[in-house]
Amino acid sequence: MISPRSRDPEDPVFAVQSKVKMNPFAPLYFFFAEVGDLTRFIGNAVACVFMPPYRKSIARRQMDEIGVGSLPIVTLTGLFMGLVLALQSIVELRNIGATSYIGRPIGTTVIRELGPVLSSIMVAARAGSAIAAELASMSINEQIDALRAEGADPVKKLVEPRLIACTLMMPALTTICDLVAFAGGWLVAINVVQVSSSFYWDSVLEVLTPAFIWGGLVKSTVFGFVIGAVACHSGMKHRLGSSGVGEATTQAVVISSIAILMLDFVLTKIFIMTWW
Amino acid sequence: MESILRLENVSLDYGKQEIIRGANLHVKAGETKVILGPSGVGKSTILKAFLGILKPRQGKIHIREREISRLPERELVRLRLGMSMVFQHGALFDSMTVAENVSFRLREFSLDTREKIQKRVHEVLHFVGLAHTKHLRPAELSGGMRKRVAIARALAPDPGIFLFDEPTVGLDPVNHYNIEQLILKLKKEKQRTMVIVTHDVESACRLADSIVMVHEGRFIFEGTPQQLKTQADPRIRAFWDPGSFAASATKKE
Repeated sequence: MISPRSRDPEDPVFAVQSKVKMNPFAPLYFFFAEVGDLTRFIGNAVACVFMPPYRKSIARRQMDEIGVGSLPIVTLTGLFMGLVLALQSIVELRNIGATSYIGRPIGTTVIRELGPVLSSIMVAARAGSAIAAELASMSINEQIDALRAEGADPVKKLVEPRLIACTLMMPALTTICDLVAFAGGWLVAINVVQVSSSFYWDSVLEVLTPAFIWGGLVKSTVFGFVIGAVACHSGMKHRLGSSGVGEATTQAVVISSIAILMLDFVLTKIFIMTWW
Repeated sequence: MESILRLENVSLDYGKQEIIRGANLHVKAGETKVILGPSGVGKSTILKAFLGILKPRQGKIHIREREISRLPERELVRLRLGMSMVFQHGALFDSMTVAENVSFRLREFSLDTREKIQKRVHEVLHFVGLAHTKHLRPAELSGGMRKRVAIARALAPDPGIFLFDEPTVGLDPVNHYNIEQLILKLKKEKQRTMVIVTHDVESACRLADSIVMVHEGRFIFEGTPQQLKTQADPRIRAFWDPGSFAASATKKE
């Protein structure tokens, strides 16, 4: 963690930090410091998951809050994603006279890319921000110190259930998002290009190979883990005042959204080279 | 007598900001030590160091003759179970009811049967005059009530060492008196070891066996309340008579 910086010009640490700041590679240094801190935090959290005691009830409560709580927003995202994707596909398919095959681009794009990525970004915005805000406010009110004082491990008590809940609920939410997106595409297909329902669903199912389905699920699982880890890390950082809560929330959403997009590229490349 | 808590040349910092420099402190078994000083000098930081929440930059911290500054977290947990801390603003867990807060440690470590835990919760809440708040959430309590629940939470496991961070700040005179009486009772009847952080010099003199005064990160006095009252050091006198201290400071300027 990069600690708050002293402003005293006679402070030798301040002098070193000023030199670091003047260095053109300073942003890179801070980036790697942050990544290192996050990696250590994730290592601790993952170790906690495998160490007893296992508190299923807390994880279940978090799964309810993160999973069931995010259902409306993910469903809406899926619906409008399907509707828009169908409309855009029609424009291109009309040029080659293949509008009846509208199910194919929707099936491929949703299951491989848009379903996992958009649903994860929505969960990062809703559940990730909520996790970061809750933990940051606990940290500011000394509740995390109080947990330690009471002999409990804050990572075990607070981070582990949220990490498990995000990782397990994200594939389920993505699956629902995908299905609703297909339904959105179907609405456009039968109303705008008058494709029969059976033809639409047949062309969607044609492209849904096990490799694509598993690929999408693996992506969403990884994204869920990233959302949980980044949100908890941002929330647990030592901050001061109520502005710290806003800072933690913004950081959680921005970092996890960027991480999702970056990881999506990496995973897609790996899948194309291996499964797809 | 054996030192239960001991600081040896301890320096503490938050990030790059040094808070406490070269502190030495001994707290004997059954002693009530008050750490006195103005706000923001790092008094609460010392309590967190005793719990092992904050690691010293240099020096050694001993609890029951065991050096804790380099101990792994699992070992620290065992030591923390022998202590209770009352945080300045209560630090109650928002997501739990008052009863769940008070019974937290007893439930977490299965220290007793469910019936006995419920009985103990009722007992300590009754002791602080809040037996009727069992099912309420911390957000539904006033600041003073939260402080009293925090004290009940500290009392529930009946540890050997109590760390109080400003235990009477924000309380009305009746509760202020009650909490002081409670601390005196813990001291006289149960011979508990206590470290109390406060800036209330009169309360400090009523409660303390010995007082340590912190000024700008250094311990500038250690002695009995009687010795404190006779000190000529203006930094200490300022606590007894802030009006005259402010007047003399203005005159010097």
